[in-house]
Amino acid sequence: MTTRWTRKDLLGLRELSADELNFVLETADAFKEVGTREIKKVPALRGKTLVNFFVEPSTRTRTSFELAAFRLSADVINISAANSSLTKGETLKDTARNLEALHADILVLRHSSAGAPQFLASRLKASVINAGDGAHEHPTQALLDLYTMRERRGKIAGLHVAIIGDILFSRVARSNIFGLLKLGARVTLVGPSTLVPREFEKLGVEVSHKIEDVLPKADAVNLLRIQHERQRREYFPGLGEYIRLFGLTKERAKLLKPECLIMHPGPINRGVEIDSDVADGLQSVILDQVTNGLAVRMAVLYLCGGIST
Amino acid sequence: MRRNFDVSAIIIRGGRIIDPANKRDEIADLYIVDGKIVGSKSEIREAFTRRGGKSEIEEISARGLIVAPGLIDIHVHLREPGFGHKETIESGGRAAAVGGFTTIVCMPNTSPAADNPSTIAWIKDRAAAVACVNVLATGAISKNLAGEELAPIGSLAQAGVVAITDDGHCVQNHEVMRRAVEYARMVDLPVLDHCQDYNLVGTGVVHEGYWSTLLGLPGWPAAGEEAMVMRNILLAELCDHHIHCQHVTTIGSVRLLREARARGVKISGEVCPHHIALTDEAIQNFDTKCKMNPPLRSQADVNALMEGIADGTLSILASDHAPHADFEKEVEFDAAPFGIVGLETELGLFIDLLVHKHHKIDIARLIAMYTIEPARLLKIDAGTLSIGARADVTLIDPELEWTVRIDQFESASRNSPFNGWKLKGRAVRTIAGGKTIWKL
Repeated sequence: MTTRWTRKDLLGLRELSADELNFVLETADAFKEVGTREIKKVPALRGKTLVNFFVEPSTRTRTSFELAAFRLSADVINISAANSSLTKGETLKDTARNLEALHADILVLRHSSAGAPQFLASRLKASVINAGDGAHEHPTQALLDLYTMRERRGKIAGLHVAIIGDILFSRVARSNIFGLLKLGARVTLVGPSTLVPREFEKLGVEVSHKIEDVLPKADAVNLLRIQHERQRREYFPGLGEYIRLFGLTKERAKLLKPECLIMHPGPINRGVEIDSDVADGLQSVILDQVTNGLAVRMAVLYLCGGIST
Repeated sequence: MRRNFDVSAIIIRGGRIIDPANKRDEIADLYIVDGKIVGSKSEIREAFTRRGGKSEIEEISARGLIVAPGLIDIHVHLREPGFGHKETIESGGRAAAVGGFTTIVCMPNTSPAADNPSTIAWIKDRAAAVACVNVLATGAISKNLAGEELAPIGSLAQAGVVAITDDGHCVQNHEVMRRAVEYARMVDLPVLDHCQDYNLVGTGVVHEGYWSTLLGLPGWPAAGEEAMVMRNILLAELCDHHIHCQHVTTIGSVRLLREARARGVKISGEVCPHHIALTDEAIQNFDTKCKMNPPLRSQADVNALMEGIADGTLSILASDHAPHADFEKEVEFDAAPFGIVGLETELGLFIDLLVHKHHKIDIARLIAMYTIEPARLLKIDAGTLSIGARADVTLIDPELEWTVRIDQFESASRNSPFNGWKLKGRAVRTIAGGKTIWKL
């Protein structure tokens, strides 16, 4: 194993250096090719056991990790909150220690509490891969976003990326901010002042509440899913007003440079944060992101799994 | 077996006696007979002559030490009844003795809550049986600390509580709080308030600021405390009765208290050591030992607290000693209970930070903030070396360098972020009622 990667865990992008980020992306290049073969499988993690431990529900991220593990020939177990002992009052620590006693090599954790992956990583010998913790980080999502931007635009440095929507509660936004800034991009956050507080400027990004000002300058726009469930009610008045002020409508999409990428981590709300036609338009790379997610997750599992085992 | 006509006498020799209640600060000997402070050595001889029997004088050298009235901590969670796995009145009492405290005031968020006279009676009985320090109880403001209906505050007063508080909770309804303060005035009990606006704070677990933004942890904004400090100032004026704001943490709270106290409002505030020893930067690795309520705040808040201590705006020091078992704290950050233990580290932290490092107050003022100030607030018979007073005495070495070791705590819990900290200054002997209950 190379000295360019020495981590058993992937907890977030904040702790990674630019060199480490680039190395993951380069490793993903190699794995992307595997998906185009007739036999889409390599023996890199043969004999290893990977546990998808999803304390918070997820379909697309879990499926992507599961498929990535299959393609690396690992054995995979899926555990969700509903079928784990957490519902019987067992602590996260005890559940994880039990999994380790079963010789799990890699634990992919999705959890509603920020810091849960750090908590486990410091207590387990197994690799811990953060598949999203609270509003903190979602490193593999940001890596696949970086990968897609790099693939389409050649490099990240110098790109101006707009992240639009519910930033405050978004782990995707935080991981993207950390990764993009490390690789030399310029980042502007766009959304209502309640969901994009000015405090974010201290992280080194710009904050705007006028989408029309930002769209013409962007090289990529990353639209985050807008939720208007009960817990968000005090943050903005309603979806109608959100679309009026911040939705990427067909009209607004005309403001974009023709080469600007339109991205979305999914699942998309057609007609809310993004117009249906825009999501399916020529500038959209939303499905490339999904494909690239597989390659990036194979790279992460391969690199971290190689350290822990 | 000691016969009851024996006389026990102690002479504490050569220490610097600091007794703020009597404006005394001098090198002198302190005399104790039968658990009470006396004025001179001749009174020891008189007592021997009068009573006969076996008579021995215990001599304690206090050269280079400070001889202070036994310290008072007005904010302690002893967890009994209900949570004996975190702390007991006995273990909490021992931790207090190690910290230099001879009087501690316990909070009512027990199970059952201390919102009724029988629970108060149980706590007092238990303390009399097992605690090596004086344990004073507070009663709840509202039934079951729910903030809706008044607890039987008059009956709690008769049962011997020294104050009312819903600590850990905060009465949100200003009308309920107003009536509680009015009612407490009738029975002459001060009101202590944990200042937290539930709407503003929501699910907040850490200070709302740079680190909450970076880590994606729900923020607990300073305004959530300040709104209730403001409310309490208004109600203290409206009801003409004392409200004490517990564990004050923000710039705005200090400013509000300073202005109100200058106008003569019956309002006061206390500071906990962790709120000046640490900032919210300490949460960056999601260490639940740094999760407390109110949360660790910014450096600017820390500076404001120290200024508030220096100018007298914040008049009382306390620990908010909040023991939790390891298995309760060793969970996800969101899920962990708030609070840290403090009795065995607070005096060292405050001497180290306020006196030695930042020169905010001198040791005499620090002792006043732990003795006469809380005693006045609660109108309790403690915190003085007056002749005839119960001989509660703490010997302090303000220059002694030591290292915090959580594995040596007397507390039943270990949830402290200060393990391994090197501090300067600590209690070296604690005397309660004329008996040495702990020495280094």
